[in-house]
Amino acid sequence: MVNVKHLFKKYGPQTVVEGVSVQVEPGKITTFIGPNGAGKSTLMSMVSRLITRDSGEVLVDNRDVAETSSKELAKKVSILKQSNYMNVRLTVKELVCFGRFPYSQGKLKEEDWKYVHDAIQYMELEDMQEKFLDQLSGGQRQRAFIAMVIAQDTDYILLDEPLNNLDMKHSVQIMKVLRQLVDDLGKTVVLVIHDINFASCYSDYIVAMKDGRIVKEGSTDEIINREVLRDIYELDMTIQHINHQKICVYF
Amino acid sequence: MLAIGLTGAAIAFSTIVFQTLTNNRILTPSIIGLDSLYMLTQTAIIFLYGSDTLSITNKNVNFLLSIGMMKMFAFLLYHFLFRGEGRNLYFLLLIGLVFGTFFESISSFMQMLIDPNEFLIVQDRMFASFNNVQTELPLLSTAGISLSVLYFLRFARYLDVLALGKEHAVNLGVPYDYVVKRLLLIVVVFISISTALVGPITFLGLLVANVAYEFMKTFRHKPLITAAVLISIIALIGGQVLVERVFTFSTTLSVIVNFVGGVYFIYLLLKENKSW
Ligand SMILES: Nc1ncnc2c1ncn2[C@@H]1O[C@H](COP(=O)(O)OP(=O)(O)O)[C@@H](O)[C@H]1O
Ligand SMILES: [Mg+2]
Repeated sequence: MVNVKHLFKKYGPQTVVEGVSVQVEPGKITTFIGPNGAGKSTLMSMVSRLITRDSGEVLVDNRDVAETSSKELAKKVSILKQSNYMNVRLTVKELVCFGRFPYSQGKLKEEDWKYVHDAIQYMELEDMQEKFLDQLSGGQRQRAFIAMVIAQDTDYILLDEPLNNLDMKHSVQIMKVLRQLVDDLGKTVVLVIHDINFASCYSDYIVAMKDGRIVKEGSTDEIINREVLRDIYELDMTIQHINHQKICVYF
Repeated sequence: MLAIGLTGAAIAFSTIVFQTLTNNRILTPSIIGLDSLYMLTQTAIIFLYGSDTLSITNKNVNFLLSIGMMKMFAFLLYHFLFRGEGRNLYFLLLIGLVFGTFFESISSFMQMLIDPNEFLIVQDRMFASFNNVQTELPLLSTAGISLSVLYFLRFARYLDVLALGKEHAVNLGVPYDYVVKRLLLIVVVFISISTALVGPITFLGLLVANVAYEFMKTFRHKPLITAAVLISIIALIGGQVLVERVFTFSTTLSVIVNFVGGVYFIYLLLKENKSW
């Protein structure tokens, strides 16, 4: 379980995350939604110790991330940020191999290679595994990064806007893969997604943020609700039931 | 010969490591201001005591003094910047740059006031040269460099991951601040030893590092560093042979290095090369 308690972060005079407390249940997909600038990325970065917090606590399986060794934590929690610019030129396979670094420290064993190949297969990247990342489209690159995170084989997987740059087919592919990771392998996935319908169809739990605070959280069924969404987005939506799924219409 | 090998290796190595830490392939470690501090030390000694003081005539004393000054500066820089958490590397570079410029200004100011004959001696030290390296110095330097290399081996495996950038490195379990501090320290040791040995020559590092990237077309540091070290030593020996045979000591090594380096960079720019 990820347990966030009274987390604060300030940049200069601006408080970006303001006393956020939230629990992420294991074995579920939890999705964070909310307008740009709400502090979602900042929160994810603090949970995964990419940036330091001003105050508060982040416990992963009851251990504070600030006090856990970086190597141990890298076997428990992985994060993929919104943008992933890199200064070096790598092939897809080389990138995915890096996902094994916490275990191999750079020298891959047979077992590590198995994870690498499985991850590449999972993301349907076999055809392009020898290609350089800068030869791929934005969406293919995004899938390569997700394959790296899958190879890292952590209990908790944090993905900040993983559907950025992706076409519908590949967005659905990624959400299905994430669902599999949760349902078949017992992973815990935390996402930031902007498309409310993807959130509605694939997540178990939704947390809505605004101005650095959590304004609403609950099961997907509770949150995908006309009144609740109006409060969050200041937008009137019609919610339709299609094939047992709730679809929001807001155009 | 030993001095050449040592300097070449130290500069190539520290430039590649430094560029990986900063994720930038056109920076050289001289940005921290060590070269300028070296020059300031040299100028100040001559300015204050005249050219015939012990430290100028005795190479060993001068060597230790220069190294001592650079170490002290690096230590202070470190101490103030890295004590608090969350200070970032670029802030360190910025401060180093400011100090470097400051040192340079003081040096030029002193050089202005110096007696012209003594200025010639200062000028002599502004350019790297192997012409008057003495044999005891390389022994001392070898010891320093060997120890640093041993220490470096503990962190070698992190370099490839660090090249991906801070966030990926942290995500993959690199104890980032700890490792970066240690590696920077090693870079500083290498640079100060090689600068004290032959004078400011870090431009060479920029040159050989980029040739190595072009040549090896890999992100892995083992082949990259090996190639850069070899290229660097070859370039230095070649340059020194040129100085001795062709120019019969009428020019210095750093003039040649800077000339060749400049030409190579213009070539790179014209080719509009993709960064590796
Ligand atoms: N490194 C930073 N320095 C200063 N301000 C920042 C920094 N990172 C984020 N912010 C600010 O914090 C706020 C929240 O950003 P972010 O967490 O990226 O929001 P979201 O991911 O929800 O769109 C924004 O107003 C942004 O401008
Ligand atoms: Mg964001």
